Amino acid sequence: MISKQEFSALAHNGLWKQNPGVVQLLGLCPLLAISNNVVNALSLGLATVFVMAASSLAVSGVRNFVPHEIRIPVFILIIAALVTIIDLALNAFAHPLYLVLGIFIPLITTNCIVLARADAYASKNHPLLSTLDGALMGLGLTLVLVVLGAARELAGQGTLLSGIDLALGPAAKGWVITVLPDYKGFLLAILPPGAFIGLGLLIAARNWLDQRAQRRAQQAARSAVAQPA
Amino acid sequence: MKPLLQNALRTSAILFLFALVGTALLAYTYRNTHGIIEKSAQEEKLALINQVLPRRLYDNDLLAAWRELPAHAMLGTRKPSGMWLATMDGKPVGVVLEAIAPEGYSGDISLLVGIDANGVLTGVRVVQHKETPGLGDYIQLTKSDWVLQFAGKTYDPDQNSRWKVKKDGGNFDSRAGATITPRAIVKAVREALKYFQIHRETLLQPIETRKP
Repeated sequence: MISKQEFSALAHNGLWKQNPGVVQLLGLCPLLAISNNVVNALSLGLATVFVMAASSLAVSGVRNFVPHEIRIPVFILIIAALVTIIDLALNAFAHPLYLVLGIFIPLITTNCIVLARADAYASKNHPLLSTLDGALMGLGLTLVLVVLGAARELAGQGTLLSGIDLALGPAAKGWVITVLPDYKGFLLAILPPGAFIGLGLLIAARNWLDQRAQRRAQQAARSAVAQPA
Repeated sequence: MKPLLQNALRTSAILFLFALVGTALLAYTYRNTHGIIEKSAQEEKLALINQVLPRRLYDNDLLAAWRELPAHAMLGTRKPSGMWLATMDGKPVGVVLEAIAPEGYSGDISLLVGIDANGVLTGVRVVQHKETPGLGDYIQLTKSDWVLQFAGKTYDPDQNSRWKVKKDGGNFDSRAGATITPRAIVKAVREALKYFQIHRETLLQPIETRKP
């Protein structure tokens, strides 16, 4: 159904080239609010993957019945209904999971990346590809969230995975890693300004890596031309 | 003009159809999940209440034995709040009060305060707060045991000065660098205990249990 090339193109797009968190800069509202530790970041990330895959599938499924002029209201309607249904269904039928992810699901409604992918990709491609695109875009956001969450938690409290026992039960309490013992804490990193500064550093790091790769590719191309076989 | 009108009608019909299907799906989901969600919300509330008033102390349907309390300065409330009356064999054994510590570092701190019929604290929990993460949030049981020190305490007007944090010469622990938060809670709990002593008779009066 999906060729290897298609998959790797989608993966490259979602995780690096069009990464929602550090390239498209979509979905910053939850990203900035939730990325103060790894556990929160991962929870929101997983919820986003789930919702994006489902909404892309739904939008792609009806794409041929939606006239171009009213596509945005229809997509908003589909996504809002879907998120609400997922929220209610999780709460009723998977309550332990809801206790972990529940507060994050409504946050995703404020995430414009869901609508952006619905309009830019799912409305033009077949359902399977669209679902994959949604999931991979969500995964790209998760990646940024987790890196940012880890950096902020480490700088702010000197730990990693704090609060994991709230997500996985008291048994996981021992998983918390205290990287810097007797660390006094750096409040700025945990408060909202830390999120902006951290995200700025991440964007800069990604751009630097990208440009370095481009320069190397150009140099390689030039030396290939300069030394004819 | 005719094709334009036709097109507009067709488009609105499609939008209407989507709205209709969306609404129907939501209504269906709501109908099928509403009861289960309500039940687990009640269970969670009861679990929280049971943290401040141990289950073995009472035998009534605590959630049904609810009464509204008018806003009162000693409870820190600006709006009516609630209380639950616990009974054992029909006799009142204690109450759980909703109180607010208005002097938190970042605004109101919502509390549940459990008091037995003799005016002894059975437990205090922070329900909601906006204190600084990593600094003032040790008032949450999930972060530290700080809030447990209230259980078993009473209020005696002659020893008013004990109801302060240690830094202010009282009996209650607090952490360096975050004294405003515990100070606010200690004061709020003290006021709630005083409120209970003053209104004890009314608070312990039986409540007409609402039949479900």
